[in-house]
Amino acid sequence: MTAATDAEPAPAAAVAAPGRRRRWPWPARIGAGLAVLLVLVALLAPLIAPHDPAAIALTERLQGPSAAHWLGTDHLGRDILSRLMHGATVSLGAVAVILTLIVVLGIGIGGLSGLIGGRVDAVIMRGCDMFLTIPTFVLAMFMVGVLGTGLVNVVLAIALSHWAWYARLVRGLVLTLKEREYVLAARVAGASRLRVFAEHILPGVFAQLVVLLTLDIGHMILHVAGLSFLGLGVTPPTAEWGVMIGDARDFIWTNPLLLVWPGLAILVTVAAFNLLGDALRDALDPTLQAEGDA
Amino acid sequence: MLRYILGRLLALPFILLGVSLVVFLLLRLGRGDPAVDYLRLSQIPPTDEAVAAARVMLGLDRPLPEQFLTWLWNALHLDFGQSFVNRRPVLDELLYYLPATLQLGAAALAVTLVVSVPLGIWAARHRDRLPDQIVRGIAFLGVSVPNFWLGFLLVLLFSVWLGWLPPMGRDGATSLLMPAFAAAFMSLSINARMLRASMLETAGQRHVLYARLRGLSERRVVGGHVLRNALLPIVTAVGMHIGELIGGTLVIENIFGWPGVGRYAVSAIYNRDYPVIQCFTLLMTLIFVLCNLVVDILYAWLDPRIRLKGEAPS
Repeated sequence: MTAATDAEPAPAAAVAAPGRRRRWPWPARIGAGLAVLLVLVALLAPLIAPHDPAAIALTERLQGPSAAHWLGTDHLGRDILSRLMHGATVSLGAVAVILTLIVVLGIGIGGLSGLIGGRVDAVIMRGCDMFLTIPTFVLAMFMVGVLGTGLVNVVLAIALSHWAWYARLVRGLVLTLKEREYVLAARVAGASRLRVFAEHILPGVFAQLVVLLTLDIGHMILHVAGLSFLGLGVTPPTAEWGVMIGDARDFIWTNPLLLVWPGLAILVTVAAFNLLGDALRDALDPTLQAEGDA
Repeated sequence: MLRYILGRLLALPFILLGVSLVVFLLLRLGRGDPAVDYLRLSQIPPTDEAVAAARVMLGLDRPLPEQFLTWLWNALHLDFGQSFVNRRPVLDELLYYLPATLQLGAAALAVTLVVSVPLGIWAARHRDRLPDQIVRGIAFLGVSVPNFWLGFLLVLLFSVWLGWLPPMGRDGATSLLMPAFAAAFMSLSINARMLRASMLETAGQRHVLYARLRGLSERRVVGGHVLRNALLPIVTAVGMHIGELIGGTLVIENIFGWPGVGRYAVSAIYNRDYPVIQCFTLLMTLIFVLCNLVVDILYAWLDPRIRLKGEAPS
């Protein structure tokens, strides 16, 4: 029923949508604002953090919030606020690298698969299926096992455990876009395959990819923090949110606030990117919005 | 129906074969030399001769295809090698820890269903009013909160402050409550949101309108016509979250001192105990694939459109 009523105005709306500047709804603004703020904190952490995040001061250990230490100090007397700020650098930096790797792998492998087609496509897709058969977090744990522990390896592990989803997606998009008239027209006009891909297919793929990746950022932050909490990622002296939660677990009976701050930092960051991702999806794809809010 | 199930079962060995090949190749082509790790964990100094001897002993000097076939042959006889750390058969070790993990995973799945279904119905029946807003809030929190942190918050509330539940260990039903809820929170919130959306969609369909016109009570309309059709997407959704549930369970075990494979696997990864890592990955994949199979069969059974067509999208 809804399909019938929507069918008529849909083409007009689809044409008008990109040009018309809609006011972003409140959740989207909050998400975008927080995300920008967090990225700024991550970039400027060494400049704006009130203390050295690694400076140990045993005389000042386990202090409550004060003027000198806004959020107090941890079991080694390190300033928690400074550690949280530097933690943003680690988490968001890790996610930025993961996203880049996934875009490269997804577009590279998925694009190739979709463009070449035939047997190459079949082989690549069966390979992807195998990766998709392993539960993502187990695959990430396995990859850490293969590569070894540490932040760099965790970043690689998460990228390598997520790429197959995106390769599949890119392949699907390429296959549909390949048959569009403007792409066929470009082919007929004599453009090379590579040029058609770069100039006519890639932009369409990229827009979709950005939305889905934004929706996944929160998920990836949770994975980085989770693996670090398990002791498989960032090693303890470095300030990272998951590690901070792991450090704080011994003080749950005496100083529960230690546990609360880094968790809140993760929660706020993930929530911000989830809000932003939802907003981007709604803005770029009205059909998905209708589905989500039906 | 039987044909459909048989077909899916027949595909199972091929899927597992493919996954074991990928896992094997990644382990062999990855960084690091298993022989060196073997010596390190056996506390033998890695001299050149010792490494060479270990390579021969572990079969690493053979060509890759031969290594894989040997491994596969042994695996088919349920021999997945021995742990580098304690020299015990890997499969026995993992199977020793598995029941605890399965118990926690099943409890988490139960929590997911028991909590998300009423929440979804509640939200759908009070669309855009307070209950709906509450459920939306929970759904949003669910995808944003780190499950291990939620676990600690629960410990803080129910063990440290209220003293109602044991903070750690596996001792009766009370010790299962917090870990199961922490592991389930993300799936249950996504599920509740999906059920809400799917109920609202079904409620707008004509057969529901017709049921109302026939004068059926609201309870029968919602129960017999809306919910029944809205549950189908939930089955799919549960299938989609099973991976998330498995991952959540593995992490949560580490918080509550739950004696499952998660804790065992983490120490194996930390030690680079390759045979354990390999067997763990395959075991978790097997469970994942089996769960998905059950979900698909359930789906086919619930939805005649698939059952009668004879095959379902995999």
